[in-house]
Amino acid sequence: MSTFPWLLALLVVPLLGAALVMFLPKNSPKLAKQVGLLVSLIVLALTIGMALAFVVAKAADFQFGYSVSWIPAFGVNFSLGVDGIALVLIAMAATLVPVVMLAGWDDVDGSQGSVRGYVALILVLEAAIVGVFAATDLFLFYVFFEAMLVPVYFLIGRYGGPRRNYAAVKFLLYSLFGGLLMLGSLIGLYVVSARITGTGTFDFTSLANLSIDPDTQKWLFLGFFIAFAIKAPLVPFHTWLPDAAAESTPGTAVLLVGVLDKVGTFGMLRYCLELFPDASRWATPVVIALAVIGIIYGALVAIGQTDIKRLIAYTSVSHFGFIALGIFVMTTRGQSGSALYMVNHGFSTAALFLIGGFLISRRGSRLIEDFGGVQKVAPVLAGTFLVAGLSSLALPGLSSFVSEFLVLVGTFERYRWVGVVATLGIVLAALYILLMYQRTMTGPTPDVVRERVTDLRGREVLAIAPILIIIVALGFYPKPVLDVINPAIDRVMHAVNATNPPPEVAPVAEGTQP
Amino acid sequence: MSPFSGALAPAAGEISANVAHGTFTQMWLLIALPLAGAAILLLLGRRTNSWGHWVGVLMSAGSFAIAVSIFLAMRQESGGNRAFTQHLFQWISVGSFQVPFDLRIDQLSMVFVLLITGVGTLIHIYSVGYMSHDHERRRFFGYLNLFVAAMLLLVLADNYLLLYVGWEGVGLASYLLIGFWFYKETAAVAAKKAFVVNRVGDVGLSIAVMLMFVTFGSVTFEGVLGSAPKASQTSLTLIGLALLLAACGKSAQFPLQSWLLDAMEGPTPVSALIHAATMVTAGVYLIARSNAIFNAAPTAQTAVIVIGAITLIMGAIIGCAKDDIKKALAGSTMSQIGYMVLAAGLGPIGYVFAIFHLLTHGFFKATMFLGAGSVMHGMNDQVNMRRFGALRTVMVVTTITFFAGYLAILGIPPFAGFYSKDKIIESAFAHSTLVGLVTLVGAAITAFYMTRLVAMTFLGKARWPDDAHPHESPAMMMVPVSILAVLSAVSGFLLIHDNWIVNWLEPVVGFEEPVLGFNVNILQYGTLALVLVSAALGYVLYARRPVPEVAPVGSFLTQAARADLYGDAVNEAVFMRPGQYLTRLLVWFDNRVVDGAVNGTAALIGGLSGRARRTQNGFARSYALTMLGGAALVIAALVLVRL
Repeated sequence: MSTFPWLLALLVVPLLGAALVMFLPKNSPKLAKQVGLLVSLIVLALTIGMALAFVVAKAADFQFGYSVSWIPAFGVNFSLGVDGIALVLIAMAATLVPVVMLAGWDDVDGSQGSVRGYVALILVLEAAIVGVFAATDLFLFYVFFEAMLVPVYFLIGRYGGPRRNYAAVKFLLYSLFGGLLMLGSLIGLYVVSARITGTGTFDFTSLANLSIDPDTQKWLFLGFFIAFAIKAPLVPFHTWLPDAAAESTPGTAVLLVGVLDKVGTFGMLRYCLELFPDASRWATPVVIALAVIGIIYGALVAIGQTDIKRLIAYTSVSHFGFIALGIFVMTTRGQSGSALYMVNHGFSTAALFLIGGFLISRRGSRLIEDFGGVQKVAPVLAGTFLVAGLSSLALPGLSSFVSEFLVLVGTFERYRWVGVVATLGIVLAALYILLMYQRTMTGPTPDVVRERVTDLRGREVLAIAPILIIIVALGFYPKPVLDVINPAIDRVMHAVNATNPPPEVAPVAEGTQP
Repeated sequence: MSPFSGALAPAAGEISANVAHGTFTQMWLLIALPLAGAAILLLLGRRTNSWGHWVGVLMSAGSFAIAVSIFLAMRQESGGNRAFTQHLFQWISVGSFQVPFDLRIDQLSMVFVLLITGVGTLIHIYSVGYMSHDHERRRFFGYLNLFVAAMLLLVLADNYLLLYVGWEGVGLASYLLIGFWFYKETAAVAAKKAFVVNRVGDVGLSIAVMLMFVTFGSVTFEGVLGSAPKASQTSLTLIGLALLLAACGKSAQFPLQSWLLDAMEGPTPVSALIHAATMVTAGVYLIARSNAIFNAAPTAQTAVIVIGAITLIMGAIIGCAKDDIKKALAGSTMSQIGYMVLAAGLGPIGYVFAIFHLLTHGFFKATMFLGAGSVMHGMNDQVNMRRFGALRTVMVVTTITFFAGYLAILGIPPFAGFYSKDKIIESAFAHSTLVGLVTLVGAAITAFYMTRLVAMTFLGKARWPDDAHPHESPAMMMVPVSILAVLSAVSGFLLIHDNWIVNWLEPVVGFEEPVLGFNVNILQYGTLALVLVSAALGYVLYARRPVPEVAPVGSFLTQAARADLYGDAVNEAVFMRPGQYLTRLLVWFDNRVVDGAVNGTAALIGGLSGRARRTQNGFARSYALTMLGGAALVIAALVLVRL
């Protein structure tokens, strides 16, 4: 293992980049964008370097550990480290940032805020995202968890649509409320650790090894879980998401829904389950019920939307239901599927938001009824939108299918009827995607669409192509991601003391005569 | 009738296989060639407009050539050694859930591969002519290649999850091709409907795969089918029913039949290839492939028979009332697949004949659909048979080839359907008289509606619209049709000669000789007599009497049949309307109740929207203050704990 401080570099480079961008002259927005893109590409290159240096065989351990004492009085350390799940989520984020920069090149040109500010905020957000996934000290995690809100608040509130202030404040209040609950639990956890071991700690591994009294666990669990359920978001904590996503620029929506919200499900998997295993099992029936309701409810509400961006946001509510479901069914398939789903959903939602954004900015409207027959005038735009949509409805051969099926089979292993009900979600997914496609892309082309909607430009194709390639590649070859996820999932399964139900018939070794 | 009773050779199929060697290692190319074609045509786009269709033809033909070479090599092997697998890579691997990307070619998939690539290539060639006036012909060939690749993956997959990829892949291709003329609202709606209804069936396939995993700990053919006898009756029955649901979706069987008639919105070569000869028969493949499960699950088998029987009668009735030539043929397809599904439900006495009929139907139905396309080509895309009549005088080749298909579907010896359909009727009677009678009634109705169809189109008096100048289609179209017509005439005899198809398929799907309680000749002559009487009735009604250009009101049954026996009406009343109300209600609920509660609380606390806007500028500061407060709180708490 190399000794290069990969994670520290991933944290520092975007922050330095953000500072650099802010020092650029205000009247040269193009330069700010170029520098921003360059910095995000450097971060991506660093991430690739880190991924190559990652030891797959030890994917359950926290690698590239970096730790310095921060507030010694309270045992707070600035410690970083990634297991397989954190690694793939950071990689997903690092891939999406340059894509977002390139795709949204002109999105904020005429807006109230400055372009360099927009670029700098995205880079700051990237650093916070790396931090939140890489922190192995709970206090540090909390700091990053809260710090993420600041750039997002400004990204929505300054660069968004007509109701951006409402959306930004709503997002902030929701998150602050969740953060406050988590803070309470965090302090409680520290107190408990101090009681048990004599010295309080925020170190994740030490805390995970504590055996906390089940009743205490329940209270601590709730603080974390509600914070994560707001972030993810699960029904009924979801109504901030459609507003925030609809009022954001497409790029912000991608980072918000595709990346940031994953902190919620990531937190459930790592923190809720590993720190509070007894409480997690106690909460399982309720969480599963919420998740399944979310899958069906989110999909039905998506079908009824009239606004393209709100529709995409509601599809995510449904998808987050799948992710939470997989985590809490406590099977290897379910949890590996959920971890993979977090990555895949990031890419498919990014594609939907970005291409949807291309469409909306051309026509100057978010309403589905203002479109029609786009495929006639912009076949490439329509084609890429269809592929993104097919990924969202989990067409086999595209990446989401693998993760969605793993979640379903993992659910079915333990709770058959829950699995069956969740499977009905695939019919609703076909409806919300194909109805939207039919209404926007097919049928006769109205004159206003014919005049305004042009096909994708080279820059836009360049931005979107890598995502679509990843979607297809991971659909047929998810192995690189699964290989690093699986050991970490085994660790989680062990921590919650869960085992997979055995099959009815003991399987015959493959290749032998039956 | 248990498949495991009897001292003779085991009736169930075998699932073991050898690792591919020699020619067999080329099986991945079968899929790769058309897939590459699709990629070239769809990714390079307009640049390939001038020559793209030939890429499509070439890839399909290349795949057919490889299929033939594999077939010849397979014939060299002995009967029990004709199954080969090829491991490409590990697809999904999570603990004990291991899904390899493995292909399998055996006698069952072989006949499908030959049908798909053979008929597929002919239809590609036909389409070069048929679509010559469409400036998006290149895109059409891209989708067609995509379909061929997906369909080949469906029949070559060595596990159920990979089969699922092909299964939805053909669904996607079907969606794209039905909606090929997307600027027509009806085409776009029909495409979406087909996909969504198919997804309902796919829920069945999903559940079947999940049941397999929890039952056998595996989703590979060998892991599932090889261990089937060890599983409980309940598990096998559930798996069988879930597979049946999947088959109902893809093969347009009751109650998921409604999409197929609408699917005729697609270009006619698509109707011939996908919605007649190949894709819609995937359900039959699925059941025949899973014979080890169905053989051990009699309840599921009964369900299969019932569904097949209902659909075969239903499709035939619909076929009687349609004036749209393509929709009449689509009703017929439903009905004929009903025969195959029914036969597959009969167990080892039926699997082979289900596949046999699937092959001959592939030939004769493709012949007739392409013939209908030729008619439309000559009649300005008119599909209303009431405006046809007497086309025999101007479209000689089309008429002759169509009649080959017509005689084949009626089951007139020596045309193909005579052999394949008679075998199904025979097996049905061997199972029970009731099921036998259903197949017999179906045969009679088939003879009636098909005679009606050819009489209204080719015989009688001309009822052409004034602007129509019907003419024979070019050789590019009629040569492929002629080849298919010859196959419609001779394939039945060739396949059953020396019991070839039975011997060929038996190692995979198993076989038991159907035993009749009476002389088989009585059944054959009886069926033939019934068919001839029925056809004569159709001839008298539609060729000898004038056909009104506007459809008469008709009896209650006619009206019901015209409305597809109210399949859509039921869907609309039971699913669509309530669904629309439900989504509207939920949107309202989400905006007013869930979000309303949040906003209400916020307003109560401090007037969220109003005050927030006023304090917007100061908000970051107050946020920083909050964070500071939070931090202070933490530190205070920590200090307190220490003390």
